[in-house]
Amino acid sequence: MDFITKLLAATIAMGTSLTYATLGEIYTEKSGVLNLGMEGTMLMGALTAFATGFLTGNLWFALAVAMLTGGLLSLIHAFLTITMRANQVVCGLAITMFGTGLANFLGKRLGPASNNFNLVGMNLPDTFGNIAIPGLHSIPIIGAFFDVSVLTYALYLVIPFAWFFMYKTKYGLAIRAVGEAPRTAAAMGIQVSQVRYLYTIIGGMFAGLGGACLSLSFTPSWNDGMTGGKGWIVIALVIFSGWNPGKAVLGTLVFGGITSLQFSLQAAGIKMVIPTQFLAFAPYLITLVTLTIMNIANQTRKGAFASPSALGSSFAIDDK
Amino acid sequence: MRLVLEKRDNKSQSMAIIVPVASFIISLVLGAIVLAVSNANPLAAYKAMVTGAFGNMRRLQYTLVEAMPLLMCGLGVGIAFRLKFWNIGAEGQYVWGAIGITWVMQFWTFIPTPMLLPIGLVVGMLLGAIWAGIPGFLKAQWSVDETLTTLMLNYVAIGLAEYLYISKWKAPLGNMGTPEFLPQTWLPQIWGKVHWGVYIALSLVVLLWFLLYKTRWGFELNMIGKNPRAARCQGVSIKRNIILAMLLSGAICGLSGSMNTAAIAHRLTKGVNANYGFTGIIIAWMANLNPFASILVAIVMAALTTGADALQITLKLPEAMGEVLQGLVLIPLLAGSIFTEYRLRAIHKEAI
Repeated sequence: MDFITKLLAATIAMGTSLTYATLGEIYTEKSGVLNLGMEGTMLMGALTAFATGFLTGNLWFALAVAMLTGGLLSLIHAFLTITMRANQVVCGLAITMFGTGLANFLGKRLGPASNNFNLVGMNLPDTFGNIAIPGLHSIPIIGAFFDVSVLTYALYLVIPFAWFFMYKTKYGLAIRAVGEAPRTAAAMGIQVSQVRYLYTIIGGMFAGLGGACLSLSFTPSWNDGMTGGKGWIVIALVIFSGWNPGKAVLGTLVFGGITSLQFSLQAAGIKMVIPTQFLAFAPYLITLVTLTIMNIANQTRKGAFASPSALGSSFAIDDK
Repeated sequence: MRLVLEKRDNKSQSMAIIVPVASFIISLVLGAIVLAVSNANPLAAYKAMVTGAFGNMRRLQYTLVEAMPLLMCGLGVGIAFRLKFWNIGAEGQYVWGAIGITWVMQFWTFIPTPMLLPIGLVVGMLLGAIWAGIPGFLKAQWSVDETLTTLMLNYVAIGLAEYLYISKWKAPLGNMGTPEFLPQTWLPQIWGKVHWGVYIALSLVVLLWFLLYKTRWGFELNMIGKNPRAARCQGVSIKRNIILAMLLSGAICGLSGSMNTAAIAHRLTKGVNANYGFTGIIIAWMANLNPFASILVAIVMAALTTGADALQITLKLPEAMGEVLQGLVLIPLLAGSIFTEYRLRAIHKEAI
């Protein structure tokens, strides 16, 4: 019982960062823009959050800076893919390359002179620690949900809101219309490019926030490439959740759980039957299989599993 | 008056040259801003990078060695890109190449030693082809999105390789990596550090140029990419060609991996996923899928990496600057690429 509670707590802690970024990417992709720049954007979020927290000591300000940075990086992606109609895959990779490089570069330039300008090895004056809710947190297993950081508590509100916004408001309808049938959406008077710009930027802000969760709360520190591929897991999670913000949390719990399981088992001294590396790539394999099953199901009967139809293609109203 | 983008009747030849050159200059200016903001002298930094990449024979050789796997990955993914098939799985296919040659070197000891190298290269190539064939098949059979499947398979391949060099195939000594290959099975060096891979890479360039521009199959691939409906009307099988193109694409990326392993690391170890596959995608795109242009682009991208190494040594600036510049080169280029197909036109209100 104790083991399961600990595993769940570790899963939630790890899943928080993934969930924010996944929600962001779902919104971006739903509007028809594939942003493969998540890894670079999250890393820049982690870096700017840590650097700001380190220099000012203000965690909330650090969060805001990380979100602003994520938004700016995604603005580049939006400008290139929407206004300049550049290839979304290549743009995303460019953003990841640039973001990863810049974060690792700045990480060695923004630190104190006493540490050779390096941020690695520095500590934050303050971090987002866990806050236990009296009574609730001592319930077996689900108590793990009530002894988390404020960033995770915020998610309990953000997830249902993200679902509600997407499926129950006219704004959500506009996003889905733009991602499924941009031409029809344009005919209905929706500004396709504006909607795509907006949700690409919002997606980036969420990715920045996801990165900040890592460097301010989950492992409060800065290390080169500290996202360690989480940005790619996010791309997988978006598919796994079927582009539904409500299901995103299930995906993060499963994927986060698999990852945490490696560490929890090691910590508990249990000998692993499955090599840890297999657990590390399991999320990708599961996603691949899920994606294939979705496609087979869609061919036999018209399902609701499909990716947004216009995902990855640029749109220009005057194109023939 | 407002500005609109208008589709050109033909791709602009002059823009195809002006845009990359202007982009390169813009990216250098952007990079200079990053350097200046972080308290470094941009001119000194660029000078150190150029010297670091091309300054003497040894550095030049180092840059060429770095360019070879990049060039081959670029050539590999370029084939799939012709059909608008977004193979971003070059990284995984490269890793399978490295796994393949290690498997042969370590376990196929029943074959004569001189045969180990050629057979290892071919096995790596085949494994890369199979790995790329999976998303090709999934796309052809059930139209599963290839961008996502190839991306996911990268991390499966990297994870498997890690498992092999950390535990399953690990050398008895040391904590990471398989045993080193026998020295007589290494890919021979021909000019300092520059190895036999130069011949492999350059002959591939010529071969692919011929295949893609001078044969019926190359013509079919282009047709599918540009106008799938027309291709279908001509009786070209899209499914078959997707799978074939992916097999060839993966074979070349796999060969890149087995070649580079036989030449540099001589074993499967940490760092096998050195981003050659991802950079290869960028190279194919920047070279506009042209095999000859890929040579130049690969050397430029390699020079940014080797130049950044030097930056760290001479000016104590983080080598991550190389990656920053690689990303920065792309951004204006991506923005400018539209001008080869579109032109800006000013429209006056009354004209509408």
